[in-house]
Amino acid sequence: MYDVLIIGCGVVGAAAAYALSRYDLRVAVIEKENDVAMGASRANSAIIHAGFDPEEGTLDALLNVRGCAMAEELCRRLDVPYKKNGSLVISFSPEEDAAIDRLYARGVANGVPGLRVVGYDELHEMEPNLTPDARKALYAPSAGIVSPWDYALAMAEVAVRNGTGLFLETEVTGAKKSEEGWIIRTNRGDLEARYVVNCAGVHSGEVHDMACPHTFDIIPCKGQYFLLDKSEGAKFTHTLFQCPSKVGKGVLVSPTVHGNLIVGPDAVNVPDPDDTSTTAQQLAFIKRAAAKTTSAVDYRAQIRNFAGVRANNSAGGFIISFGEKGWLDAAGIKSPGLTAAPAIGEYLAELLEKDGLALNPRAGFVDGRKVVRFKELSSEEKNSLIARDPRYGRVICRCETVTEGEIVASTRTEIPARTVDGVKRRTNAGMGRCQGGFCGPRVVEILARESGVEMKDVLKDKTGSYILSEKL
Amino acid sequence: MRDLIIIGGGPAGLAAAYAAYEKGVRDILIIERDAKLGGILNQCIHNGFGLHRFGEELSGPEYAGRYIAMLKDTGVEVYSDTMVLELRPDRTVCAVSAARGYVELQAKAIVLAMGCRERTRGAISIPGKRPSGVFTAGAAQRYLNMEGWLCGKRVVILGSGDIGLIMARRMTLEGAKVLACVEVMPYSGGLNRNIVQCLHDFDIPLYLSHTVTDIRGDKRLTGVTVMKVDDRRMPIPGTEMDFDCDTLLLSVGLIPENELTRQAGITISKTNGPVVFDNMETSLPGVFACGNVVHVHDLVDFVSEEAARAGSAAADRIFGKLPGESAVSVLTGNAVSYTVPQYIRDSENEKAVSVSFRVNKVMENVTIEVQGKEKTLCSYKRAHMAPGEMEKIVIPRVLLKNETAVTVAIKE
Repeated sequence: MYDVLIIGCGVVGAAAAYALSRYDLRVAVIEKENDVAMGASRANSAIIHAGFDPEEGTLDALLNVRGCAMAEELCRRLDVPYKKNGSLVISFSPEEDAAIDRLYARGVANGVPGLRVVGYDELHEMEPNLTPDARKALYAPSAGIVSPWDYALAMAEVAVRNGTGLFLETEVTGAKKSEEGWIIRTNRGDLEARYVVNCAGVHSGEVHDMACPHTFDIIPCKGQYFLLDKSEGAKFTHTLFQCPSKVGKGVLVSPTVHGNLIVGPDAVNVPDPDDTSTTAQQLAFIKRAAAKTTSAVDYRAQIRNFAGVRANNSAGGFIISFGEKGWLDAAGIKSPGLTAAPAIGEYLAELLEKDGLALNPRAGFVDGRKVVRFKELSSEEKNSLIARDPRYGRVICRCETVTEGEIVASTRTEIPARTVDGVKRRTNAGMGRCQGGFCGPRVVEILARESGVEMKDVLKDKTGSYILSEKL
Repeated sequence: MRDLIIIGGGPAGLAAAYAAYEKGVRDILIIERDAKLGGILNQCIHNGFGLHRFGEELSGPEYAGRYIAMLKDTGVEVYSDTMVLELRPDRTVCAVSAARGYVELQAKAIVLAMGCRERTRGAISIPGKRPSGVFTAGAAQRYLNMEGWLCGKRVVILGSGDIGLIMARRMTLEGAKVLACVEVMPYSGGLNRNIVQCLHDFDIPLYLSHTVTDIRGDKRLTGVTVMKVDDRRMPIPGTEMDFDCDTLLLSVGLIPENELTRQAGITISKTNGPVVFDNMETSLPGVFACGNVVHVHDLVDFVSEEAARAGSAAADRIFGKLPGESAVSVLTGNAVSYTVPQYIRDSENEKAVSVSFRVNKVMENVTIEVQGKEKTLCSYKRAHMAPGEMEKIVIPRVLLKNETAVTVAIKE
């Protein structure tokens, strides 16, 4: 019997687990995939939004601004790559100039700190690689960029360290009221809890409907992206949005916290919430749309395309409320969900407390996390680390300078890497320009050795994504 | 201060070391990121290496073995399992290894011999899902030839580069079914002998002017769609062919690996490699480059030849023999995509200079011309030229005497 059972370990489920792990509760998270952050949490713009987008007075606005304010300190404490690079919403026409002014007013009303409108000269000084058509912009210095999967992972790791149960490859198949709460049926058996928190992302509608009357629809909305090499990332400083217009929201161009450049997304509703395919047509559209912002991007330096699916919903905003007694939804968490996540986690804890769940501090709660990133160390630090553990002297991923020591360490954390992509998300190995062409085979070898399995049992990503077929 | 540091212990690095030793350099250090010397040759267990250099057919490891044997007892030092993290303009090399930790070493001369990497799916934006089962041909080759693992049973190969062709044969021999080799260009990117020996001999169809337009599978690859492309390489609707396969190998080009070169501020050319003089010296004096880090070669024999030039020139630099100041630019004319070198300086020792280049289309019965300011300086007949085959001409230096720039062009 759990006090709280969280369904889904994306960034929202992880934030909920992290918030609840401070208290003396029995909590578990179930996740249908073989790792955390496997849905939209790993395929998004990786932006910490300042909070001028959501309508004034909405819960989305409140949680966005609060989440943005929490990000810097939280990322420092959890050692998550984060940079407060600021964002610019750029206007390209007189009509858009007016829209910028309205966004400014909304941002001020939402309590976004430091907002100001910058004129042509200042804008082009801030970002020399904009097209001359860029007229003015809304500058939000509190916006940032983050490693989204690491954000989720770090919060989940701290929760697990403090006693939260994490059941991977565990998929909810049904829910039934019990005397004291809920019985959740899964492919691995039943779990019982006083409270259930539904953080199932694009699947949160289906999960809700297992327990509660149908009250909202999830409208899966796919967004595709380009990821480019660091040569392109170095051309920009801020996250560059296009002013939202009648034609659409426009695409963003932004450096990533890893130094690459991200361009995208489009927004296309798709019937299949798990459809993360990319298409030539939409990628071409994104390139054309981004050309309005800048012509300085050299797409020959592109590294990867990917797509994520937003949990847009019929209610419009975040759906954070009790659907039934003991059943709390954090459903339809779309953009700015990544930004809002830590604030959503705390808000969920507040709602549970108001409903009668006692939140007594957990004795011996250990917060924080520290990750060794070889590349970032000074020469002295590098040397003393290698003297302690020579595996830190063996570079496995050449493009991102990731050592064997870091890869081994990633297999020994609270939520250990088990797959090649799991190693990639935890260490950056394989994230660079050769996309694992050189280091892939070595990572497979290390994973097999460290987890005591055969090389053919090492997966690339999701369950079933085998790499090798036959030993000769 | 060391005399010579060579970054990379593949065929280029080995040949550069040997040439420098022959010229009298005794303090030579090769830094190799892998556990052993030989570079990519170690996974190239097919034959066809060494016909030009040694007059016999060797496998990749045998070819590397010849050079490793030649370096025996020369005192050439090797740091293996060592990764160079940075090259500074003052010729300081920062490297890291488990054995020696983080070190900074400065040398009178540096030879860059880091080779190249394979172009990936992401670099060419193949749309579709992102399942496992999509490999660069070289990664599949490493799994198969170094680790003994077959990475799939039903294979489509995109690109007709040499590694892809070699892997078509290799995987067939190991029991996989290679369904097709698909090439977006109207001609193959690989050597003709590989088309014949690796595809035709095994009845593997080659689809020219076709490309992969969709990748399917949520976990492992389940299939790809192949379409014919038009003159602008755009897929033609209605030409879709679906292949059920568990593996897609990519042999869609090699990119010289010049991150260190760029870091040092060395000028990069359109080959993606450093701009070089005829002695393989880069824009940074004392730093030389050779092999696939400069431009991608078809044959290792020519890598060795180019590397010997770099090693020998590095020796000259170490012994204070500096090249002339004035340089003749080598420009590209009709149908020539690039040349190496891009500049030719005076040399007292050598009567002729060798220029390598590639053409950008398939041509029959043409003449290569080297054009000076006022007239054609020399010309060379060719029965057949193709982008997949690197060309080489030898220009007598005496012809360059009164020129500041020459153009290599093809007269069709």
